[in-house]
Amino acid sequence: MSSAAALAAILIAIALQTTLGGLVFRGSTAIDLVLIAVVLVAIKSGPVTGLLAGTVAGLLQDALSGGVLGIGGMAKTIVGFLAGVLGRQFIVTAPLPRFVVLLMATGLHAAMFMGLYTLLNLRQFPSPYTAVVGQAFANALVGVMAVTLIEWLPGLVDRHRVGRILKR
Amino acid sequence: MAIADIKLRPGVILGAAIALHVVLISAQVNTASGLPMLQVVTVGSFSEVQRGTMSLIDGVRGVWSGYVALRQVQEENTALKQELQNLQVRFQQERAAAQRTDNLRQLLELRDRVHLETVAAEVIAGPANPDFRTITIDKGTSEGLDKDMAVISPAGVVGRVVLPSGRAAQVQLLIDRNAAAGVLIERTRVQGIVMGGGDGPLTLQYVPGTADVRTGDLVVTSGIDGIYPEGFVIGTVDHAERGVGAYHQITVRPAVDFARLEEVLVVRTLPASRGGIEEPRQ
Repeated sequence: MSSAAALAAILIAIALQTTLGGLVFRGSTAIDLVLIAVVLVAIKSGPVTGLLAGTVAGLLQDALSGGVLGIGGMAKTIVGFLAGVLGRQFIVTAPLPRFVVLLMATGLHAAMFMGLYTLLNLRQFPSPYTAVVGQAFANALVGVMAVTLIEWLPGLVDRHRVGRILKR
Repeated sequence: MAIADIKLRPGVILGAAIALHVVLISAQVNTASGLPMLQVVTVGSFSEVQRGTMSLIDGVRGVWSGYVALRQVQEENTALKQELQNLQVRFQQERAAAQRTDNLRQLLELRDRVHLETVAAEVIAGPANPDFRTITIDKGTSEGLDKDMAVISPAGVVGRVVLPSGRAAQVQLLIDRNAAAGVLIERTRVQGIVMGGGDGPLTLQYVPGTADVRTGDLVVTSGIDGIYPEGFVIGTVDHAERGVGAYHQITVRPAVDFARLEEVLVVRTLPASRGGIEEPRQ
């Protein structure tokens, strides 16, 4: 994946996240599309691209969310780096490994994000475990579905095009 | 470092990114006291650097100060040693002056005690030949000194003038081998002749074997020799035993320390005109 494609994926994810911000499972679990995009880009492109994507995405997300600039950026930078390392070290092309990586990435991101805010005494997160676990499963599920869709989509289009040609 | 190399070092990039975020976060966050965290962290971090630098400088300064102080102490020590030596020399001089003053005072007292015309003289030289026990004094014929004049000191008899010159005189000490003096044992009034042996002890001869002589008896001049006035201390009996002949064999320890003579009195009264002494010195 080229840098431009990675940047485009991040920008699309942010755009979707900002427009579909109310996307919630069972009323309390918010999906982080930007995090999903970062993890998928990192798995695909490696740690350097992963951490750069995490930095850009996190800083943009922080800037747009009105929070402290850098906290989300740092969390996503580290997550992107580690996801890239996992993608380099292990075969994570199957849905289940991707699901696990997304699950772990979400947990790590939440831990760092909430931990930094709590450490700096800027925000409190009372009983976040349920929300974090829910978000992790939701992110993993959406991420696996999204990547599956993205990977299958070119083949489906080609098959549809070939079928139409054959019908004629 | 080239950009390609940086891409091969994701750890470096990660570290840089994290540092960037830390700075970014710190720039926006205030501490509990309301101060910007970036300033607090910067000041806190740099203060540690300053503390380390100051510790290093203090250490170097301390070592340097210690070195300089050590040099100063060394110089001071040298100066103090020099001063101590000077003071020791001065102390010796003062002590010598005090001793000399004491000697002169004793001489003065001796002169006042005796009814003799005396001249105070200072010893200016020792014997030229070790076989001869003589000294040289700074008074001579110009001061009225003449041959065979008695030389005394507060402790006792010193000797006699043997060779007077214009401004000095040679004195034969009582311990010289050729020196002799008529004496008596003060306790028993037994007479004899004391002779020098060239060294410390004197020998007392011609004391009859029947005479009562004891160790510690005081021996004084008898005045019969025509040189030494009567009653001056020669010394004390150190050893006395009955000899094989008719006389005792007696050794006398001189009362005068001949090695420490500095000032003496010369009795200018000639033997023929000698009138005597007020009281003998104990």
